[in-house]
Amino acid sequence: MTDLWTNLVHPLSYGFFQRGLIVATLAGALLGFIGVYITLRGMSYIGHGLSHAIFGGFAAAQLVSASYFMVGAGVWGLASALGISYVTRRHRIGADAAIGVITTASFALGVALLSHYGSTGPSFDSALFGSILGISSTQIWSVVGVAALTAVVVFLRYRALLFSTFDPEVAAVSGVNVARTDALLMLVLSLGILATLTVIGVTLVAAMLVIPAVVARMLTDSFGRMLWLSTVLGAACGLVGMYASYYAQVPSGTMIVLTGAALFVLVLTSKGARGMRRTAGLDSHTDADSLAVVDLPLPTRS
Amino acid sequence: MTGTGVGPVLVELDRAWVGYEGSPVLHDVTFRVHADQLTGVVGPSGAGKTTLLRTLLGTLRPDRGRVARADGLRLAYVPQLETVNWNFPITVFECVLMSRPQGRRLPWPSRQERTDVNEVLDRLGIADLADRHIRQLSGGQQQRMFVARALLRRPQLLLLDEPTSGVDVSTRHEMLHLLEDLHDDGLAIVLTTHDLNGMAAHLPHLVCVNHRVVADGTPQEVIRPDVLEATFGARLEVLQHLGMPVVVDEFASGARPRVVS
Repeated sequence: MTDLWTNLVHPLSYGFFQRGLIVATLAGALLGFIGVYITLRGMSYIGHGLSHAIFGGFAAAQLVSASYFMVGAGVWGLASALGISYVTRRHRIGADAAIGVITTASFALGVALLSHYGSTGPSFDSALFGSILGISSTQIWSVVGVAALTAVVVFLRYRALLFSTFDPEVAAVSGVNVARTDALLMLVLSLGILATLTVIGVTLVAAMLVIPAVVARMLTDSFGRMLWLSTVLGAACGLVGMYASYYAQVPSGTMIVLTGAALFVLVLTSKGARGMRRTAGLDSHTDADSLAVVDLPLPTRS
Repeated sequence: MTGTGVGPVLVELDRAWVGYEGSPVLHDVTFRVHADQLTGVVGPSGAGKTTLLRTLLGTLRPDRGRVARADGLRLAYVPQLETVNWNFPITVFECVLMSRPQGRRLPWPSRQERTDVNEVLDRLGIADLADRHIRQLSGGQQQRMFVARALLRRPQLLLLDEPTSGVDVSTRHEMLHLLEDLHDDGLAIVLTTHDLNGMAAHLPHLVCVNHRVVADGTPQEVIRPDVLEATFGARLEVLQHLGMPVVVDEFASGARPRVVS
């Protein structure tokens, strides 16, 4: 018991670990929270693509100025997001193909630029897989800021976001500005990825958008409960993953994602077929088979 | 129950051409929805039934021609059950409450909203299901939930896309009676259907659509072999049963007729 306590407290004596722990916990919570909307809208692949696109901007912006790489990456990411929706709308290419082209090209460009010119900011590895080292107080404040902004946006636009996620066509008829609501979610998603990129890593961010939300869905049938459950689970993954990263001496993103994956397997095993069925076709709008599934026990009252 | 179309005009399409990315689905359509109508839009798949509904709703705008709506018209829409994500984590109550996105900013409902939702669920006979997950309802209950969601907007005009597609016979009857009741209470209704015998023949007013309006009138006026051939592109025979038209498939070989669903 004393050993466990020592192992938990000891790393906290290092300033870098304190900062890392705060950012990882907040990052997990933030991505878990946004991830509910992303997974229910079937946008997981967009999250994956966006993080890769932002990496291109991250590398390009470093060539200009190391201190503005966050701004450059953000602008690049948003431009990619807009590019994806433009190509999808105008050129009859599926969104998945558009994401595949635009974001992978952006990622490749980022790798090429970083390999050729080297990095003046965070290292190559830490950009890809996350790092607990070198987290500045500016980064803490940027995660706090984005998390606060996200909470305010969701609080004020809760009904519009829920309606346009569940049923965009009827939402539009009922007076919801679906395009603006979607754009707002894309903005929050881009900022969320950007703020958590250095601690979780480009290649692993998407997993943290998906895992807490899917686990939360297996545990509840209510949207409101899924929202806070996913946030708490994300935060827990960030916290536990950060300690694991410290002791295993591997990039922080890998351990955070592995913690999430372990949680997923745990809940899947304990919930069995019922949990599986809840997440089957989570984002599907044409799942006629699910109409036949009526043998589930009643959920408890919320 | 009347379908005469003498009440005030709620929506009017005037020589409208509507389509997607420049290729028109509806050609030169003139169509009026009156406040006292219960109208079925009939036609084969791809004939533009849903496009017509979307034009009435205002989610699609005509490339040519004009759409006019009565001032302050309140519309509500019931989508096809097949288009809904039944694994979405919401309860019946949460789903019905959705159609109040304006006004109150807070995520949770006010006392008044709670009362309104419970009232409309009660009216549709599904008040005891409020806390269930949407997937745990039968097909008929799911339809009632979406009608409840639409009614919470206190509409003057209710539009339904294929309300009886993929449901069993008793659910279809239940739906038909519900729509008749709502119409008797003064709600104008437009629905699409490809079910001639089960649905269309029971409605007071029909519009046959195949990219253009082929015919417009009561079932007795519209369900005729020549009109149906122009609408569906196939020879169909019409029999009379208890004063109602029944459509049967006409085999070229003269084999036994088959009832068209």
